[in-house]
Amino acid sequence: MTTTLPSKRTPSTVSRRAFLVSSAAATGALSVGFHVPALAAANANIATDKATAVEVNAWVVIQPNDECIIKIARAEMGQGTSTGLAQLVAEELECDWKKVKIQHITPGENLARKRVWRNMSTGGSRGIRESQEYVRQGGAAARMMLLQAAAKTWSVPVADLKVSKGVITHKPTARTLRFGQVCATAATLAAPDVGTITLKPPHLWTIAGKPLKRLDTDQKVNGSLKYAIDYRPDDILFAAIKIAPVFKSTLKSFDATETLKRRGIKRVVRIDDSTIAVVADNWWRAKTALDAMPIAWEEGENAKVSSASIAEYLREGLTSDKNVFAETNTGKFTETFEKSNKKIESVYSTPFVTHACMEPMNCTVRYTPERAEAWVPTQNAEAALAALADASGLPAEKCEAYNHTLGGGFGRRGGPQDYVRYATIVAKEFPGRPVKVLWSREEDMTHGLFRPIGLCKLQAGLDDKGNLTALSLRVSGQSINAHLAPHNIKDGKDRRQLQGYWPEAGDAQLGYSVPNLKIEYAMRNTHVPVGPWRGVNTNQNAIYLECFMEEVAKASGKDSLEFRRALLKSHPKHLGVLNAVAEKAGWGRTLPNGVHQGIAQFMGYGSYTAAVAEVSVTNGKVKVLRLVLATNCGHVVNPDQVAAQVEGSVAYGFDSLLSESSVMNGRIVESNFDRYPIARMAQLPKIETVLAPTFDFWGGVGEPTICVVAPAIMNAIYTATGKPVRSLPLKNEGLELV
Amino acid sequence: MISLQINGRKNAVDVEPEMPLLWVLRDEIGLTGTKYGCGVAQCGACTVLIDGVPVKSCSYPVSAASGKNITTIEGLSANSSHPVQLAWKALDVPQCGYCQSGQILAAAALLKRNPQPSDQDIDEAMTNICRCGSYRRIRAGIHQAAKTGKGIPSVIHMSQAPGVGAVSLAAMVDHDHSRPHPTTQEQQALVNDACSASAGCNHNHDQA
Repeated sequence: MTTTLPSKRTPSTVSRRAFLVSSAAATGALSVGFHVPALAAANANIATDKATAVEVNAWVVIQPNDECIIKIARAEMGQGTSTGLAQLVAEELECDWKKVKIQHITPGENLARKRVWRNMSTGGSRGIRESQEYVRQGGAAARMMLLQAAAKTWSVPVADLKVSKGVITHKPTARTLRFGQVCATAATLAAPDVGTITLKPPHLWTIAGKPLKRLDTDQKVNGSLKYAIDYRPDDILFAAIKIAPVFKSTLKSFDATETLKRRGIKRVVRIDDSTIAVVADNWWRAKTALDAMPIAWEEGENAKVSSASIAEYLREGLTSDKNVFAETNTGKFTETFEKSNKKIESVYSTPFVTHACMEPMNCTVRYTPERAEAWVPTQNAEAALAALADASGLPAEKCEAYNHTLGGGFGRRGGPQDYVRYATIVAKEFPGRPVKVLWSREEDMTHGLFRPIGLCKLQAGLDDKGNLTALSLRVSGQSINAHLAPHNIKDGKDRRQLQGYWPEAGDAQLGYSVPNLKIEYAMRNTHVPVGPWRGVNTNQNAIYLECFMEEVAKASGKDSLEFRRALLKSHPKHLGVLNAVAEKAGWGRTLPNGVHQGIAQFMGYGSYTAAVAEVSVTNGKVKVLRLVLATNCGHVVNPDQVAAQVEGSVAYGFDSLLSESSVMNGRIVESNFDRYPIARMAQLPKIETVLAPTFDFWGGVGEPTICVVAPAIMNAIYTATGKPVRSLPLKNEGLELV
Repeated sequence: MISLQINGRKNAVDVEPEMPLLWVLRDEIGLTGTKYGCGVAQCGACTVLIDGVPVKSCSYPVSAASGKNITTIEGLSANSSHPVQLAWKALDVPQCGYCQSGQILAAAALLKRNPQPSDQDIDEAMTNICRCGSYRRIRAGIHQAAKTGKGIPSVIHMSQAPGVGAVSLAAMVDHDHSRPHPTTQEQQALVNDACSASAGCNHNHDQA
């Protein structure tokens, strides 16, 4: 018996986008006067006494016992944003940090309250830098209302009051009131106008800017934290899925006869034209039954694609004039290059890599014709809600998504909530029962949103004094926007793929000044889906530029640091962080025999980063001994957590050196950790963090330092061996990380 | 029925004998602190202790666990009081935290058989994957939890730059978290490391 259940294709992403746009349009100015308590019931890391809690405003809820519950809209995936955001609110609130608890809001609440908490999307290292101003204003507004309430209680002017650690003091009489005593009155007062709020300058901070402990660690050391994968009500069903191994191919047929006879199997569900699920009372039963089920696929022309054919296609893009745009073309590159004293030319190559979040993709959905709910690890809970609404056919108002702490996000769990859509379609077959769709590691690693593959051809010309006078850079590779957000490609110009090479200041600016400069992108898309991979295009772009600059520096006969310094003169922040890392690492000091240094700098996500690596290379075995990583992220909200992100950058940066998702017969070859190398403890070097904040801007933290890890190490290897490393992973060059 | 002794309690489960212990713990019994990561004994997220020895439960048939003492993260200690758990909290080791049940049990097993592990011992015993890159703090946490081990805080250098103005960078890191430049001693240790590494030895000398 072949079981084929009717499946409905999910409505297009256009409708999802329309929903989000309309939600965004509903966002007004900072709303601090909304008084209806709406405490989140789901995924509350905190027990809250709903009956007594008083919402002062959207960000601050206070209990009579002075406990301050700070609302968090951004997703927590390990980057520490929830603690950092709470520090910012608490700083302005002037509460007692010991009494702070955090609670994540849900997208349903945000929608119901006209998006009072604004954007919930957590990616692009935006969590703190994008919301710091309005969350601080939220904390400050609550403080002003609490002071006003105390003034009203005592019938005294607000000017006679002071506040510290949640205690308000009437200065002339030394009388005191605690936040818990005045919160109910405060909640009845009008919110102050945003224009009357003055935020504290960082040098007066006492909670923000400090290395405070994370608020979410306790549950992570005893197994009690419930990730979405752990959500397990009594009547839950478990589903395993299989997606067509060749991307964009379709399901031809399957035979569920024997499958349905197996123990615990409830149903086989055809999710869409290329995805099938087996539902059981235990996930292992579902997975083993699915593995044993005969399935035939209509694989089509894409089954002929391989890494070799993709490389050939990309190579054509290095010289072609088709589908190419110039981001920068200043001066006269060709003329200057042709008559330069010394010419350097190289081609660099970087592969597809995958996210491999430790918690595989999953989502649990309970559907009834009246309501749909999802328990989900997502970087964008509003996109999850939209996907749930789309796939369930219910209006967003009848849906809710409960966002759990993510077991890793890294960009995989952002906009395209494919796993929510799959779970919703399967759950619709079991109205009233929660169904968890969990991807096997093999599905997770072969159906990711891979970091775009690319080649880059670079040319440099030096004058007779060894100065760099002409530089050209042509990236030929895949586009994230073409796959996920074609509307972001304006006039055929996909600037995003040139992240870090942009001329304008602020986000990902090229630091080097070269009089004759040409930067181009040739879009060459394959059938492999691509997406943002922590650090996104800064990863491969930093490798291309910084490794090539090392070749040019060596050709010029100058020191690697001095060569870069001269070119960064017009960009003091790029230069500043490079100088900081060089100083703290001891660049150029006498090193033991066999130890070599490499250096790199880059900019992304509004932050300036640089690295020095120290390595030894023996018979192709590379040992990274020490990495010093520096960042100027503008403001530092929690130095210990910024350091944790910088330290963590090293592991993800090692992926760039070690890992590859290769293509054979149209499908991804590396389907699990036995074939896809991931950095392990023994390979990690000593890591030091240099924080060089200048407090005149707000930059990102979670991503920017990743991209300098690989080029600093590659440049150290080059110095050690005399041979530049141009093709990744390192095994392509006969090198191994030990 | 298969009888299991988990965290000191008896459980009887009616499952296929070949079902991996991981799925019995998670889907049958509801002990979800043990995580699924790869299913092929590669990542260690599913690590549990069987008679005190770390085992990848994703590849361990439940029938083989019968009659043995199984410890999951939920049963490691009362009130998260195991020295490894205390060190993990003190150093804020976890980031996303998903791999940490396995890391903590692997670390606890290491310390039980080797109360003062060297860095090389840690390298050999701690092979579980962490995608967030908490490795540096895992190593520091193990040293802190070791009986006579010292905590090794993150090395955070503060670098003064134009524009900082009235902000005191020194005040941004507490004493446990700040260190000046690496000392000559530390640099010598790095030299020793490098020499060892060149000779094919990964042993570090400066963290004993």
